[in-house]
Amino acid sequence: MSKEQIKNLEAQFEARIARDEKIEPKDWMPEKYRQTHIRQMSQHAHSEIIGMLPEGNWITRAPSLRRKVALLAKVQDEGGHGLYLYSATETLGISREELYEQLHIGKAKYSSIFNYPATSWADMGAIGWLVDGAAIINQVALCGASFGPYARAMVRICKEESFHQRQGYEILLTLTRGTKEQKDMAQDALNRFWWASLMMFGPNDADSPNTAQSVKWKLKRKTNDELRQQFIDQTVPQADILGLTIPDPDLKWNEEKQQYDWGKINWDEFWQVVKGHGPCNKERMKARVAAHENGRWVRDAAMAHAEKQQERKDKQAV
Amino acid sequence: MKKNWPLWEVFVRSKNGLEHRHFGSLHAADAEMALENARDVYTRRNEGVSIWVVESKNITASNPDNNGELFEPAQDKAYRHPTFYELPDELKHM
Repeated sequence: MSKEQIKNLEAQFEARIARDEKIEPKDWMPEKYRQTHIRQMSQHAHSEIIGMLPEGNWITRAPSLRRKVALLAKVQDEGGHGLYLYSATETLGISREELYEQLHIGKAKYSSIFNYPATSWADMGAIGWLVDGAAIINQVALCGASFGPYARAMVRICKEESFHQRQGYEILLTLTRGTKEQKDMAQDALNRFWWASLMMFGPNDADSPNTAQSVKWKLKRKTNDELRQQFIDQTVPQADILGLTIPDPDLKWNEEKQQYDWGKINWDEFWQVVKGHGPCNKERMKARVAAHENGRWVRDAAMAHAEKQQERKDKQAV
Repeated sequence: MKKNWPLWEVFVRSKNGLEHRHFGSLHAADAEMALENARDVYTRRNEGVSIWVVESKNITASNPDNNGELFEPAQDKAYRHPTFYELPDELKHM
């Protein structure tokens, strides 16, 4: 294809997106659109399955059967969400094996929030309330993404995820209405997860060079800072209901702007964790790689069994 | 290196009276496992009463590059639509 022809195709492509048309896997697309989507969607998929680890650890320690079945269902959902997103990413011409490989060698990232430890039962509440809350804000915005398979996966995920946040909030509600120790435990979880949750929306717009292109391609419908502000504005009143204090001395309602003013994120910490120096980066990756390696014989055995069955069927047919 | 599990497409009928609709895809060693996995990931909340799985390689898809020759011929055939025919307003039940 000549440069002229590619330019022409690109112009048509941009016009389609501007008209709010969806792009489907077999449609022509600029190579950069494909690569950017593979990067963002796989990062999203990896976050779902790595996100299973801190919570999976608490399934056997849940304080009641009610909490246990809810947590089990939530973690199972996350595995499912990973699957939806991996499948959607595979439509762009990359295999599941390659995607896993990129995660395991550290080439692909996942949400930094999962590199923080979940050290108390209250953390299951804080993760559901804040981490899933932040994820939902991101994901609702992505339901209108231009790439059809991504948008469809997001719609399905959003439908399923609302219970995740509610079960987390209910855990904290119970703790904050309990003994002083329980209330302290809830406050401690909020203290540890608040700033990390705000970091989930990514760097400030000014430091996020890809934002403009992603907004244009409708891979992002709102900027990082817009989503972060939305999260803060809706979460602060929820903390009030719990009777918990947001660990930010600068947090204040701004009557004029009709939104909260708030303090400064420690971006040094954010980049440290992204670069692999968070409290649990190594542990998470080790657990993930081990799960993949230890499951290999099961995958191979299932494939061998399927082939044997097929051969038997073929013979009978002859 | 062993073979990876093939890709399957999943179609679900949400309730009797409705058609099966494409829900997504998954990897599985064989059809039986594809059905079981589809049950686990796509119908955890009563989304379906029937599932079809078909190995993705068995689907023949049209190429969007050929959309012109495939679909445009239908565009200038307005006479296939009821609104093409000009009839008096007082005419009822038609």
